[in-house]
Amino acid sequence: MLNIVGKRKIWFALSGTLVALAVIAIIAFGFQESAEFKGGTLWNFSVPVNTPSIADVQTEFAGILNVKDATVNFDPTNQSFLVRFGTVSETDHAAYLSALKSKWASLNELSFESIGPSIGAALLKNAIIAIILVLVGISLYIAFAFRKASRPISSWKYGWITLLTLFHDVAIPAGLFAFLGYLNNIQIDSNFIVALLVVMGFSVHDTIVVFDRVRENLLNHRGKEPFKKIVNDSVNQTLARSINTSLTLILVLLALYFTGPVDLKYFVLTLLVGVTTGIYSSIFIASPALVLVSPKEA
Amino acid sequence: MRRHPGLFLSIIAIVAILAGIFVIPKGIGTQWMPWRLGLDLVGGSHLVYQVDLSQVAAGDQDSVVNGLRDVIEKRVNLFGVSEPQVFTARSGNQAQLIVELAGVKNVSDAINQIGETPLLDFREVDASSSTATNTQYIYTNLTGQYITGAQLTFDQTTGQPQVDINFNTEGAGIFERITAANVGKPLAIFLDNQLIEAPVVQGPIAGGKAVITGNFTVATAQQLVQRFNAGALPAPITLVNQQTISASLGSNSLTKVILAGLIGTALVILFMLFYYRLFGLFAALSLIIYIALTLGLFKVIPITLSLAGLAGFILTIGMAVDANILIFERIKEELKRGLSRAAAIEEGFRRAWPSIRDSNTSTIITAIILYYLTSSFVRGFALTLLIGVLVSLFSAITTTRLFLRVFIKDKK
Repeated sequence: MLNIVGKRKIWFALSGTLVALAVIAIIAFGFQESAEFKGGTLWNFSVPVNTPSIADVQTEFAGILNVKDATVNFDPTNQSFLVRFGTVSETDHAAYLSALKSKWASLNELSFESIGPSIGAALLKNAIIAIILVLVGISLYIAFAFRKASRPISSWKYGWITLLTLFHDVAIPAGLFAFLGYLNNIQIDSNFIVALLVVMGFSVHDTIVVFDRVRENLLNHRGKEPFKKIVNDSVNQTLARSINTSLTLILVLLALYFTGPVDLKYFVLTLLVGVTTGIYSSIFIASPALVLVSPKEA
Repeated sequence: MRRHPGLFLSIIAIVAILAGIFVIPKGIGTQWMPWRLGLDLVGGSHLVYQVDLSQVAAGDQDSVVNGLRDVIEKRVNLFGVSEPQVFTARSGNQAQLIVELAGVKNVSDAINQIGETPLLDFREVDASSSTATNTQYIYTNLTGQYITGAQLTFDQTTGQPQVDINFNTEGAGIFERITAANVGKPLAIFLDNQLIEAPVVQGPIAGGKAVITGNFTVATAQQLVQRFNAGALPAPITLVNQQTISASLGSNSLTKVILAGLIGTALVILFMLFYYRLFGLFAALSLIIYIALTLGLFKVIPITLSLAGLAGFILTIGMAVDANILIFERIKEELKRGLSRAAAIEEGFRRAWPSIRDSNTSTIITAIILYYLTSSFVRGFALTLLIGVLVSLFSAITTTRLFLRVFIKDKK
């Protein structure tokens, strides 16, 4: 049997460091918001014949079309250019398109997205409301579901610890994206928020499995064994299922990451990091934290 | 179900096989009822228009927005798009009109035509604030939304082309009231916020007919008639969001996401077989039944599957076996405690239930909140996730239990 609860200081230190790094990354770099949030245009087109260089496309936009704020990236998977600039009208879009087509005849427009700033602001607001509601909803449910397991620690503490692991599981992928945004200009969009919400739902999934066992063992062994031992036994008894339930999801996510469409790549990456963090936190953080908040020698 | 597990299992299996035939993208199922796919998979345009309701009385806003939707729907139908979707979203004082055009070749044309629809309204002259040089107008609630049709006619004395418009019963009533209130005064007709003419009302006009005699040529009058017959906009709109995806990018995404789904399913099945052996086989069969039933449900409802929606469904494939894993681990424990196989299975299901219920509830909470707080693309994800989790509870618990009851018996 693994002494997971006994070595809790190691796990707390490891997680504390990772979360601190994530928070620092978010504060220092911030997020690169996509056009979806701040408004703007994302244009995706390919030029299969006589493919120009990124610099050529950049020059074309800045010079000939007079779009000074255009940034050009190349997407190797679709062999296409991703050009981002401010919001434009449909008339401008049509004019740019015909100008580009006269320069590169083989140009093939893959997608065009132009979003007004008001839409983005509303979207961001809803995303934040959604995150708060999910946090509140889940913690309330946990407190309710564990109401019978109120000794030696109150069911509210299960809820609080679940919130703590949620924060942990969301902070780490969010920090990673702040870092990726700084490093590679990877942007966050509504898919990113959705992925974080799914990570929340799933992180709780695993935590509940362990807590459920604690709840059951407490009812069976109350008073006979120290709380610390009951928790450690529970973690060990549920180790295989905690890992396996997440592993099946990770298998599916890996398939999506490697063979799925490019549009989902970062969505899947957020989920992969979050779910992996979730396995770790349900085993090494949630249960030891129960012991931490329990009264001494309960 | 306890007494006839074989019968119930057979029913589920038959339904699943039928669902499987029904959902396969090629063959009978598709001929009978094709899949509804989102714009990001078939290509097309997602347009969001902001509706300017500043000139509309609070009580009329809903009817104006609905009228606007009907008009745009008529317009869009003229493009020959298959199943165009036009719907409205209200939030407080803001109204948005969302237009989804699948497979439109020339989006620019479509956008121009939607925006070009004439905005007609009648305004009274505000005598109190008007001066000799500067006439002030007051909006009336008579707008193009009440127009049922228009014809090109010619003035009998001058031979000038003019446009006859007919109002519906409601519009006729409003027109009669306005003309009655303005006898001897001018009533201004505005088209796209430009004053066309302001004829002096001779007397109340009943019957819902009005004539616009601007300085039309036959061609401009003809064009106006066509545009009126397609419908005039009851409120001005501006395009604030446009997302267009080409058909090639869409079909490319579709192929890739299906491939990923198949590989993901295969990996999960292999894992279950490897780790749980015979039990794993039943979980795998339940998973296949789950996939067939859920896709069947998506198609019957019907849900328009977007890329995000399919991604949500594929995630549920990874989550659907979770309940099985919890149950099987529990059965293993019960077997270790010395229970017979049949007893261990029943006990395993019973004891695993609270944690299955609690853990799935958290995902259900997330999916419901997402569904209510988001729009279009993300909404599809939330919906498939929610339906997936609910069906997976059924498949993991009922189907797997039936399998175990039928095929695993105590050794005599």
